[in-house]
Amino acid sequence: MHEVTLEHLKREGRIVVVGASLAGLRAAETIRDKGFTGSLTMIGDEPYEPYDRPPLSKGVLLGKSTAERTALPRRRAIDAEWRLGTAATGLDMAARRVKLADGEEVPYDRLLIATGVRARPWPNAAEGELDGVFVLRTRDDGTALARRLDAGPRRVLVIGAGFTGSEIASACRERGLEVTVAERGDAPLVGALGGVIGAVAAELQRENGVDLRTGVMVTGLEGDSTGRVRAAHLSDGTTLECDVVVVSLGAQRNTEWLAGSGLGAGPRGIACDAGCRAFDIRGIVTDDIYVAGDVARSPHPLFGYQFLSLEHWGNAVSQAETAAHNMLSVSTDRRPHIWVPAFWSSQFGVNIKSVGVPSMGTEIMITQGSRAERRFTGVYGYQGRVIGAVTFDNSRWLQFYQQQIETTAPFPVPFPTVDRRPDGHRPVPADFPDPSVPTHGPTITLSGYSPADRRMTFTPAGH
Amino acid sequence: MLRLVVDLNRCQGYAQCAFLAPDVFAMHGDEGLLYDPQAEEAQRERLAQAAAACPVQAILVDDLDRDLAGVAEARDA
Ligand SMILES: Cc1cc2nc3c(=O)[nH]c(=O)nc-3n(C[C@H](O)[C@H](O)[C@H](O)COP(=O)(O)OP(=O)(O)OC[C@H]3O[C@@H](n4cnc5c(N)ncnc54)[C@H](O)[C@@H]3O)c2cc1C
Ligand code: SF4
Repeated sequence: MHEVTLEHLKREGRIVVVGASLAGLRAAETIRDKGFTGSLTMIGDEPYEPYDRPPLSKGVLLGKSTAERTALPRRRAIDAEWRLGTAATGLDMAARRVKLADGEEVPYDRLLIATGVRARPWPNAAEGELDGVFVLRTRDDGTALARRLDAGPRRVLVIGAGFTGSEIASACRERGLEVTVAERGDAPLVGALGGVIGAVAAELQRENGVDLRTGVMVTGLEGDSTGRVRAAHLSDGTTLECDVVVVSLGAQRNTEWLAGSGLGAGPRGIACDAGCRAFDIRGIVTDDIYVAGDVARSPHPLFGYQFLSLEHWGNAVSQAETAAHNMLSVSTDRRPHIWVPAFWSSQFGVNIKSVGVPSMGTEIMITQGSRAERRFTGVYGYQGRVIGAVTFDNSRWLQFYQQQIETTAPFPVPFPTVDRRPDGHRPVPADFPDPSVPTHGPTITLSGYSPADRRMTFTPAGH
Repeated sequence: MLRLVVDLNRCQGYAQCAFLAPDVFAMHGDEGLLYDPQAEEAQRERLAQAAAACPVQAILVDDLDRDLAGVAEARDA
């Protein structure tokens, strides 16, 4: 096997992308933008052209759009060979070939893996197959759930109050449907944003008529004689009648197809270096296999080089661009993926946004607005620096705090901020259920104005 | 049909788009934005104005000026 030179690769190489969704599409566009004229193959197991998932739990459930109308716009033509409706089933790293479900094998010089995640199914398969039990990840899921909500169920049960579950509950209430949310934790969103903010999310749900039950688990689902779900059993001994159940228990990484390939892929995703190159199982970085999007786990210099898995739309776009750039660059021209995590969610009429990694925060202070008004900025601190921020209907402040995170600005926030209220002067524990204890290390700050000229500045530990 | 997506990390809820193309974009709550990711041909002009007017350039629309060669490729596959 000859290693093709970069020029030769760009002219007539073969690039294969597995996973034809957000990350796969944006990577393909960047690959063409960089002047790649060789063959580009897009392999996707869903039968649809790349579509956008966030509307599935928002506009689609509200009847403002439909799941069929979510196809992603293109930044440019990508002149690819599309293998849609065909799953990749294996990888031969030595021969550089991807195996497909139909038995075919597709050779590559560079491979991008962007197979994302899928909804975690209800653990009891027979109960999960009852009519009326749904998950929400794909276009087909969106179509099926929206149709069922249109039929006017008597009560919807949402299991799990993360972002997706909370958005589904919000859509149900907006449509006037009765909805119960069952959450094992003490509050909605508590894993992502901590208990202080989770308490606000809980109030929002209850004010909007959600029957929110926290600290409980759903222990079983019960069907009627025709196989339709009719009730759920809860760990507090109660039984709840419901004719729609949405299982919203997070995601599982689509890495099974890589089992035995020798790539470092498993239930936690595919580990890669900061340049998006996948590690093999020996912990050695590959030079021809790249990863991007929800399936990736990559070390972030701003967060102590912890491997972050980010199931965020913006991460998929940014990491895809970086991976595409790097696979067509010599090593000194490669760029690290140093995107500062950011996401949004919209629920109960409130626009929730976040930057950084709130879940690393040990303390929080409300630097703008107030929780009682449902309009505020919360800033998370970790080891004396700003590590994350969240806004409820206050997104204009986020960019400022993103800069604070990038420059490892001190926490507690020392300056008097605009619109600071009395309860925002002192930090309080952020109250995460299971605080991780990352190690002390050097800190890194980002400088430069665009991703292309971003620089990292090392600051030794104990500064 | 025109396909569109808004980068809602970037969107600041300035609502210019909702003024210029109210059939596609609508504010939802004080600063949230809801939109239909597919718009009718008749919206082309308004959509172009909305995309151009967005102060943070968060709106991506394809098909606006030309029929992208190769866009049909995915549908044929
Ligand atoms: C309902 C919902 C709401 C969301 N809302 C938000 C939000 O408000 N804000 C936010 O930041 N993010 C949100 N997200 C997350 C966002 O959509 C994801 O981060 C994004 O889709 C990740 O893109 P991806 O391309 O990495 O993975 P995916 O979109 O998961 O795509 C992976 C693709 O690969 C395919 N695939 C898997 N295995 C194989 C195989 N073996 N062979 C071939 N193809 C394969 C999959 O079927 C899929 O099509 C939401 C997600 C959902 C489901
Ligand atoms: S004009 Fe741009 S910033 Fe304003 S609401 Fe529309 S998308 Fe958001």
